[in-house]
Amino acid sequence: MTATTTSARSDLSELGRSETALRTFLHGLPGVDQVGAEQRAAQLGTRSIKTTAKAQAIDLAIRMVDLTTLEGADTPGKVRALAAKALRPDPADPTCPHVGAVCVYPAMVPHVAEVLRGSAVHLASVATAFPSGQAPLDVKLADTRAAVAAGADEIDMVINRGAFLAGRYQEVYDEIVATKEACGDAHLKVILETGELATYDNVRRASWLAMLAGGDFIKTSTGKVPVAATLPVTLVMLEAVRDFRAATGRQVGVKPAGGIKNTKDAIKYLVMVNETVGGDWLDPDWFRFGASSLLNDLLMQRTKLTTGTYSGPDYFTLD
Amino acid sequence: MMFEYAPAPESRAIVDIRSSYGLFIDGKFVDGETLDKTVNPATEEVLAEVTWAGTQDVDRAVRAARKAYDKVWGPMPGRDRAKYLFRIARIVQERSRELAVLESLDNGKPIRESRDVDLPLVAAHFFYYAGWADKLPYAGFGAEPRPLGVAAQVIPWNFPLLMLAWKVAPALAAGNTVVLKPAETTPLTALLFAEICQQADLPAGVVNIVTGAGDTGRALVEHPGVDKVAFTGSTEVGKAIARSVAGTGKKVTLELGGKAANIVYDDAPVDQAVEGIVNGIFFNQGHVCCAGSRLLVQENVAEQVLDALKRRMALLRVGDPLDKNTDVGAINSAAQLARIRELSDAGAAEGAQRWSPPCELPERGFWFAPTIFTGVTQAHRVAREEIFGPVLSVLTFRTPAEAVEKANNTPYGLSAGIWTDKGSRILWTADRLRAGVVWANTFNKFDPTSPFGGYKESGYGREGGRHGLEAYLNV
Repeated sequence: MTATTTSARSDLSELGRSETALRTFLHGLPGVDQVGAEQRAAQLGTRSIKTTAKAQAIDLAIRMVDLTTLEGADTPGKVRALAAKALRPDPADPTCPHVGAVCVYPAMVPHVAEVLRGSAVHLASVATAFPSGQAPLDVKLADTRAAVAAGADEIDMVINRGAFLAGRYQEVYDEIVATKEACGDAHLKVILETGELATYDNVRRASWLAMLAGGDFIKTSTGKVPVAATLPVTLVMLEAVRDFRAATGRQVGVKPAGGIKNTKDAIKYLVMVNETVGGDWLDPDWFRFGASSLLNDLLMQRTKLTTGTYSGPDYFTLD
Repeated sequence: MMFEYAPAPESRAIVDIRSSYGLFIDGKFVDGETLDKTVNPATEEVLAEVTWAGTQDVDRAVRAARKAYDKVWGPMPGRDRAKYLFRIARIVQERSRELAVLESLDNGKPIRESRDVDLPLVAAHFFYYAGWADKLPYAGFGAEPRPLGVAAQVIPWNFPLLMLAWKVAPALAAGNTVVLKPAETTPLTALLFAEICQQADLPAGVVNIVTGAGDTGRALVEHPGVDKVAFTGSTEVGKAIARSVAGTGKKVTLELGGKAANIVYDDAPVDQAVEGIVNGIFFNQGHVCCAGSRLLVQENVAEQVLDALKRRMALLRVGDPLDKNTDVGAINSAAQLARIRELSDAGAAEGAQRWSPPCELPERGFWFAPTIFTGVTQAHRVAREEIFGPVLSVLTFRTPAEAVEKANNTPYGLSAGIWTDKGSRILWTADRLRAGVVWANTFNKFDPTSPFGGYKESGYGREGGRHGLEAYLNV
């Protein structure tokens, strides 16, 4: 895992050419001890982040939010309002930074694009028959191309969990490669749906598989199954991107999504990033939160820190 | 981007430290002859004056314990003793923040550990043994096991209140009374515990606390009125105690030094193993008798494990014990710091490679940076002698048999760790290790239900669990 020689780098790019090579590699990764990983995650959760450090963490977290709405009931008006909020999360405070991206279904992309045009806020869209991924490959690729054509510069795809759990790694790999190609210049985030992978060993293997296939980001969850992002799962994924960079020289981002609802939780994730992969990942280019309600709590805590008073939810815009 | 944690100090206002303390004898604080100072090892600031008990003070304490045993505690039904122990456990929980802050002030350990490890375990021990007090006939030692009488208990400075709990809780549950001597550098939580005994209305004389140094301890264990001696500390003192009580009929348990092997096989879960190595040796500044002070790592993964270990060590936050983000606190005393320095210098002089992460140590107080030695052989002093500090010796092995041979090649036998993804290899290795506690894919885990104790020069007898009752029963 610490090999950084050129030969090691070229070796890894060959892995995707054969099912056997992929399997041998993925199953040869060091295991994850469940108790130990959960204990480490819990320990990092006891860090006490106060005063200046808290202020710094809150602004960073706001910049890392992928402000998300993925409902059947989404309307053009609703996503436009969300995009406006992404640009100016706190209309009362011009020093408040904008969020990282807005994340919507492909059909909503054009409406968001209108609002975000010319800004630094990215436009992410879930594609590939999100959230189940249960559609033929050409449909998934068409979904991806349509989202990119409509203005998305980031694509959140789902992996084929059925194929992964059945051990058909080549199939999962090839789908990611094809989606990456369909993305063109858009960044590809690969959703592992860790809640369905069940074990940390699987999370580590799926992380490596997604990175080997060219994913720019690995993301925990769709938010549509009961278990979404957790601290231990994110820890295992952070260890994977750290080891992947050591082996290949390529840096991959991480996005926990779903279930991160308040500032306290978000800060725990930032502490984990800080103490697992370090400052190189403490940037919206390399770490994002997939969340919706998190933003308002961050804004409330930010206001509390700057003004000393804690305002109620009525003082912040609803999404 | 850099993410610096702002200082997050725990307030020390919660604890009132008196300017001087007497001895706790027969339910009251009484004055003794000599006073000495106890200091905060992180700042060298004097915390309080403490009385050093002389021979006569010890005699008074033993007589008070005898009287309480004969008149009150011995005849009391187990269910009533249990009530007192449950009450003490609850008060410990209620006052845990106060006790944790005091422990960190007097000992130098980080508040994160005193708050999250020491205090929860202290309360757990009292709760656990409270449960045994009325069930002794079912403990497997016969229908009516009897207490021994007066127990003399001498405890070390590394886990002051936790070692008190390990000693006092089973002794009282079994029906004994105690005279306890805390270590001279860390007497304050024991004295606060004395106040808790008063608060719990524990009958006078059941718990007596005499502070002092080696002379006080010797007077206590050699006192003819004592029926049982329990000691945790150095092997050297343990041997002296064993000699002094030989032929007296006193029952003895000794929990002494260690030089534990932490064995990492090539199929280990590496990230968790690294956490376990760090927890094994840097927990409590390495002031742990069962610390994993010898890392035995399989040669084919040694480089990878060491790289990961160094990366992890660079993240350890060394400094103010009361800061909630501190991982490694102060060395407990100047004397202990000198000992750690001497052995570390010997390691470098004998040819091992020394490495510490860049780390700024405070100017005042007693500090030692987390350190590892690589290229260590079995012949080096750092591989043989207990350092009792944040210093890890790294050795390699090629086969499981070699790992076991090296792990057992020590006069000690307190604990060991095994890291592998293969269950059969855990069992194979554990069967062959001569150590009282073997942890698999974890390290430094403690629980009141689990017996703890050593082989060889690590002592004899067990503390904790059902087994821990045996040391305080006439069986």
